[in-house]
Amino acid sequence: MNPIAHSPHAHAPVSIGKVMGTVLLALTPATLFGFWLYGWPAVNLWAVALIAAILGEAFVVRMQGRKVRPVLMDGSGILTAWLLVLSLPPYAPWWIAVLGSLFAVIIGKQVFGGLGQNVFNPAMAARVMLLISFPLEMTTWVAPATPGFMESLRITFFSQPIDGMASASLLGHVKTEFTRGIGLDQALTGYYAPLDMLWGSRTGSLGETAAVLLLIGGLFLIARRIITWHAPFAMLLGVAVPALLFNAIDGNHYAGPMVHLLSGGLMLGAFFIVTDPVTSPNTALGQFIFGLSCGLLTWIVRTWGGYPEGVAFAVLLMNAATPIIDQYVKPRIYGRDRKGAALTANK
Amino acid sequence: MKLFDLKGGVHPEGKKDLSAERHIRALPLPKKLYVPLQQHIGAPATPIVNVGNKVLKGQLIATAQGAVSSSIHAPTSGTITALGDHVAPHPSGLPVPTITLESDGEDRWFMTRIVDDPLALAPEEVAACVAAAGIVGLGGATFPSALKLNLSRSSGVQTLIMNGGECEPYLTCDDRIMRERAVEIVEGIRLIAHAVAAKEILVGIEDNKPEAIAAMQEAAQGTTVKVVAMPSMYPMGSEKQIIQVLTGNEVPAGGRPADIGVLVHNVATAFAVQQAVRYGKPLISRIVTISGGAILQPCNLEVLIGTPLQELIDFNGGYTQPAARLVLGGPMMGQQFTNTNVPVVKGTSGVLALLASEIGHAEASPCIRCSTCVRACPVGLLPLEMAAHIRTADLTGAVALGLKDCIACGSCSYVCPAHIPLVHFFNYAKGDLAAQERSKLKQEATKKLAEARNERLARIERERAEAAAKRKAAREAKERAAKEAAAKAAEEAV
Amino acid sequence: MLFAAVVSLTILGTVFGLLLGVAARYLKVEGNPLVAELEQLLPGSQCGQCGFPGCTGAAQALADGSAPVTLCPPGGRAVVQLLADKLGIEADLSGVEEKGPMIAEVKEEICIGCTRCFKVCPTDAIMGAAQQIHVVFREACTACGKCEEVCPTESIKLQAVPVTLQSWYWNKPMAGEAV
Repeated sequence: MNPIAHSPHAHAPVSIGKVMGTVLLALTPATLFGFWLYGWPAVNLWAVALIAAILGEAFVVRMQGRKVRPVLMDGSGILTAWLLVLSLPPYAPWWIAVLGSLFAVIIGKQVFGGLGQNVFNPAMAARVMLLISFPLEMTTWVAPATPGFMESLRITFFSQPIDGMASASLLGHVKTEFTRGIGLDQALTGYYAPLDMLWGSRTGSLGETAAVLLLIGGLFLIARRIITWHAPFAMLLGVAVPALLFNAIDGNHYAGPMVHLLSGGLMLGAFFIVTDPVTSPNTALGQFIFGLSCGLLTWIVRTWGGYPEGVAFAVLLMNAATPIIDQYVKPRIYGRDRKGAALTANK
Repeated sequence: MKLFDLKGGVHPEGKKDLSAERHIRALPLPKKLYVPLQQHIGAPATPIVNVGNKVLKGQLIATAQGAVSSSIHAPTSGTITALGDHVAPHPSGLPVPTITLESDGEDRWFMTRIVDDPLALAPEEVAACVAAAGIVGLGGATFPSALKLNLSRSSGVQTLIMNGGECEPYLTCDDRIMRERAVEIVEGIRLIAHAVAAKEILVGIEDNKPEAIAAMQEAAQGTTVKVVAMPSMYPMGSEKQIIQVLTGNEVPAGGRPADIGVLVHNVATAFAVQQAVRYGKPLISRIVTISGGAILQPCNLEVLIGTPLQELIDFNGGYTQPAARLVLGGPMMGQQFTNTNVPVVKGTSGVLALLASEIGHAEASPCIRCSTCVRACPVGLLPLEMAAHIRTADLTGAVALGLKDCIACGSCSYVCPAHIPLVHFFNYAKGDLAAQERSKLKQEATKKLAEARNERLARIERERAEAAAKRKAAREAKERAAKEAAAKAAEEAV
Repeated sequence: MLFAAVVSLTILGTVFGLLLGVAARYLKVEGNPLVAELEQLLPGSQCGQCGFPGCTGAAQALADGSAPVTLCPPGGRAVVQLLADKLGIEADLSGVEEKGPMIAEVKEEICIGCTRCFKVCPTDAIMGAAQQIHVVFREACTACGKCEEVCPTESIKLQAVPVTLQSWYWNKPMAGEAV
């Protein structure tokens, strides 16, 4: 036992809790907007998801015989549940949120060994699990509305039918119309209003609609140096470039870049999901490749896949590729060339 | 002048204002001085004095041993009272052979020789003066300076870089010496350049020291010495990094700056060189910054080598409150000490008494792979990956990731939001690998010894057997001869 | 259809079986070269602390997997690492670390100069003559312990190698926590 402390004897005023807290702060505007847009059911769902994540994580951590407090205090479980609930339909029943949250923190994270050890983004893993297992509940969208508090309890906890307000998300609508053989021009009519989409007054998941607020949150994180621009920018690029190309080739079949950028969970994914440090590469170039591939896969799933939205699938696929990206993309070491051989002496 | 980019780096809070405006003051003569025989990289010096000997200030008391070593001089006049172990300025707190000198209070100089025009000396003579004065790199590396001059002269140097970066927070000793002794430093720089025949001379100073830059520029007027302001960033004052920023070149991995025609010296070393060459004064004192939140009045002191640290702390009023940690050097790469009887040595740049709030220590939490350390690393390593390998005892894996290129600057540990002691992992691994290397060498040596012994035993056995066989043959021959003789005798008798 | 599949698989099986059989006969490796290579890595002082008759015996046991790579006390961690690398297995250094490097040391007060220790020392690490105090060369001592066994006065004993400024290095951080 050596009582002498190793250098450095100074430390930047940062901690995991602060990092997670800043991300939560960046998510708050978009979340509040979601609450405003969808009313009390959204609040219920959010609260249920967070409580489930906290209790579930506390339970498994205690089962492992580890200290519960530091694990909960790092805020990662809350962030995971928060991200998950933002990607759920706002009027989903309570058990969807509970099941998703528990799956995310327990199967998605703690089973791998806890914070920092998981291979897949827990929130996206949970979302895909829910989407595959409960397709009906996960694709019942509603047009923005604000039911009263008592009604909201019935919606969230007693699965009161919501036919009157049922609607479809833009991507879902386009996909459905395609299967009916209707072209993009017609499909988009009355559905695609760029300004509304920018602000987020559209049908979609709880917190993924407010593109501008998510963008502001993301820029805030970049400014605070919590994330870097590489992965988000590359992801948007990965969606926009093929969209632009194919739209130019066949405008009636392929949606343009603005439709893609402003719909679905792309903004949320670009700034808050592909930037998850645990499951993304650890160099700037690696993150760029990762984001670009996520964007490209998202566009491919949206365009040709069976599901209308592809962010979660794209992210999970690329999570699996992260170790190999890290293996091949490494920074050049001072005094060495890219291959690791020492530079030659020259005067 | 065009500057080049530094990869990575961090911006710790400078805290230099605590002591930057404090003039260098001389610490009063201490009663007892503890002068360690090893204050430099290389072999320890060998004492040439005995207990009871009277010495004068500046008199040689221990000579350099072997190729890499440095000599040591009496910091003041007085009597040698002990030759033995004293606690070392080292995190281990282990003892180091030390000469104890009791001062007689007279501070009388050993004869010194003054050179009027030191630049007229031959380059070899300059290097010889530097060697005789026991000068080592005062930036902290403490590599014997004369050796560096000789190596550089023989391999040829284009650019001499004088390091005035002082990127460590709190430290202002180089800042002060540049402000107050710029003329002497510039002469020292020209002497170093003369000794290695450098064509270009650059003095790199971080731009958070505008007064030092101005003073040095004024002193350098009319000479070929070029003063360059560099952006303030840690670790700008690291040898490899300052070369990269000023020349755009990189020292090849495993090589020395001389490989790319560069020599780097610290500005305080230049002052020591000037004093040695012009006035024949050996290196027996240095400027030390006393600072930190727990220090009542931070200051910059000129201190004799061997002065116990307690005297430095006490000089200006001691502590305001108990220090959470005492540090030798800067906070980024300095080393904690607990025994305040530890002496100032040639490489001591600062004594810091830090508060817990300044240290910001926290228990380590799991790595979230945020790669802040990757962005901070000035070498381009993956600290998080290396630490993960070392944690699972896979040192080979860490070496493959570039462990040996790590300069231990501590930038990764500084920025880590999980407070993982990354650089501690790296220094542990380097130490462990060195220990394994040592035991491997010993293994090979002992194996040879064992083989030699086995061979020898076999040879002895063989020789014994041969001797026995010879004896037997001789005996048999004798017996046969006797028999034959007997038979012959019998025959004759018949 | 079924018949064709059965025939083709049978033929394939026969051909590959024959190939393997022929290969086994013609590319046979005489003896096990691994044993010699492993023996090269061992200290070669034949001290017998591993419980095998000398380093050759230890190398054989290592090669057939009946002994752990941590079997050689004088070799220390360096040898453990080398052996593990050679055998392509993960070295469990945890057990080796505890003991730390040892060295023989003579207690001068009770050494009677009997010369027994330096007669058994496999690396000639002990210097001395009859009726004179013996000295151990630290650089040559492998801490095999043979001298300790034969010393009549318990004057020569294995001691932990003292830590010096040159050999000290930082401890492993976060050692108490789960990996």
